[in-house]
Amino acid sequence: MNDVSATTTHIVRARGLAKRYGATVALDHVDFDIAAGRIVGLIGPNGAGKTTALKAILGLTEFEGELSVLGLDPRTQRTELMQQVCFIADVAVLPRWLRVSEAVDFVAGVHPRFSREKCLAFLARTKLQPTQRVRELSKGMIVQLHLALVMAIDARLLVLDEPTLGLDILYRKEFYQSLLNDYFDEEKTILVTTHQVEEIEHILTDLIFIKDGKLIVNASMEEIGERYAEVMVGPDKVEAARALKPLNERGIFGKTVFLFDGVPQAQLAQLGELHKPSVADLFVATMKGTYA
Amino acid sequence: MNALTTTTKPNPMQTFLWLLKREYWEHRGGFFWAPLIAGGVVIAIALLSLIVAETTAARHGIQLGGMNLDTIAHNMTAEQVAQFNSGLTVGLMGLSIPIMITLAFVVFFYLLGALYDDRRDRSVLFWKSLPISDLDTVLSKVVAAVLLAPLLAIAATIVLHLAFLVLISGYAGLHQVNPLPLLWNPAQLVSLWLKLILLIPVNAVWALPTVGWLLLCSAFARSKPFLWAVAVPVALGAIMGFTHLLQQLSIPSAWYWKNIVGRILFGVVPGGWFDIGGNGAFSTLTNGDNVNIALDRFGLVNSLLSWNRILGALASPDLWIGAAAGAGLIVAAIWFRRRRVETSV
Repeated sequence: MNDVSATTTHIVRARGLAKRYGATVALDHVDFDIAAGRIVGLIGPNGAGKTTALKAILGLTEFEGELSVLGLDPRTQRTELMQQVCFIADVAVLPRWLRVSEAVDFVAGVHPRFSREKCLAFLARTKLQPTQRVRELSKGMIVQLHLALVMAIDARLLVLDEPTLGLDILYRKEFYQSLLNDYFDEEKTILVTTHQVEEIEHILTDLIFIKDGKLIVNASMEEIGERYAEVMVGPDKVEAARALKPLNERGIFGKTVFLFDGVPQAQLAQLGELHKPSVADLFVATMKGTYA
Repeated sequence: MNALTTTTKPNPMQTFLWLLKREYWEHRGGFFWAPLIAGGVVIAIALLSLIVAETTAARHGIQLGGMNLDTIAHNMTAEQVAQFNSGLTVGLMGLSIPIMITLAFVVFFYLLGALYDDRRDRSVLFWKSLPISDLDTVLSKVVAAVLLAPLLAIAATIVLHLAFLVLISGYAGLHQVNPLPLLWNPAQLVSLWLKLILLIPVNAVWALPTVGWLLLCSAFARSKPFLWAVAVPVALGAIMGFTHLLQQLSIPSAWYWKNIVGRILFGVVPGGWFDIGGNGAFSTLTNGDNVNIALDRFGLVNSLLSWNRILGALASPDLWIGAAAGAGLIVAAIWFRRRRVETSV
């Protein structure tokens, strides 16, 4: 019964996942699958339901619908699940009284899949001292400590909820570089939410856009590249471009940039210069009117 | 390599010991230092008293000394020796009262914060990212409150007793009095300490309603757990007082305050059960006209700590009804710990 990977190909499988807080719908019956070995970006505006989805996956909230994570039910099998799932929820949730050495000792004591050697090796690359308390550390150093702890755990799913919020760019770059170089492999899956989309776009393999509790986009980066295209159009062809029902248009240097969804790229190429849209542009286009 | 096949079950006992260690790390100040400091204050007061006594005596030309405690001890009857021992035990017990009061305060506020503070600063998200069940988490806090903290308080008490005896012996020695034969009676000291340790489980069972209630408030409150813990039982009592509800059920309202409010708020006071299920020796002691009366009652303090008294308390339904209620409250605390993760949502 422990051999979950033989019976499920998906790390996370959600069907009709729903959650409401009073009158507010946080998740509106969404379906999604996350396969092994992927890095999935869960992107959405504030209050779109990202954190609720993550909390459901981590067994931190009640929900309606079906949800299986590594073949386990997060509601009833949380403790087993946490042997295989790690998460960094927000920055700076490490207890302020904890010492660096105590953090390592404790996780080593209670987590069967934690490697003290690995963790110490990660810590050796930082300026963290064993006797330092979390409250003496900067935000960036706290995240370094948390990341060192988490990367030393041989888990199958890593959930990151705004892991780099409030960090300077040096720490942010280092954070994702460490994850990619020292942690990620085909056995592992990472699910990440962030507002700094442009910083993670090159490491993502899959993208989920969420808005008002619904999934707007749920595709691999290759599919996104095939489906969405940006065309820079001169004034003479603007009307022709508009006829193809672009998702969005914006002016730049006297030309207009149109974003198209599902229009054949050969057809678009006749209008002007084709670009692959950035995730940030795509995000802005699909989330139009969110706060209006 | 299939990652799941290498899953090893963590040793549950080991996990629990780490959880206790975690509590100790976080609350070293309350569990370890506070009782020691309380003991230190007692010693400081004793030292000051001796200095004052010494200087006053010197100023008035009073000459102490020349006494031979050894001779006195030899001249004492068996009954007098027993009385002296009894008095010494009372004295040593009395010295430890500040430590026990400190312990009660520390444990009270520890329990109120145990399942609340980490939700408020959101570090609960870190603890919940580890493979530890909410059952273990809550039970580790129970054990820290009723076992770990009292053990450390007794360790501080032992240090205090030794320091006090050293102090008195030094004072006696200063006046050419040999303190050894009467003051230093290892068997008596060890039996006193052993009894203190043996009382821990009894105190623990007695404290369960308070432990459960405070943990429940701690796990339940979105803010101000102290207010919940105190205001709810007090308001309930006041409402029942106004509406004469209890009188209609022919229950005296004192019963509610003593057996409900008292048990869910003051159960962590060590020895709170002395007065139940027994012959009222505690009231005899407290109602006695003076300490001499108490001392005259041969071996009274020993009887206070006797097996009969402890068994009497253990045989009392009050203790066990409260313990069952406390267990229920702890289960409710675990339920809330599972569901109420943050204070905001």
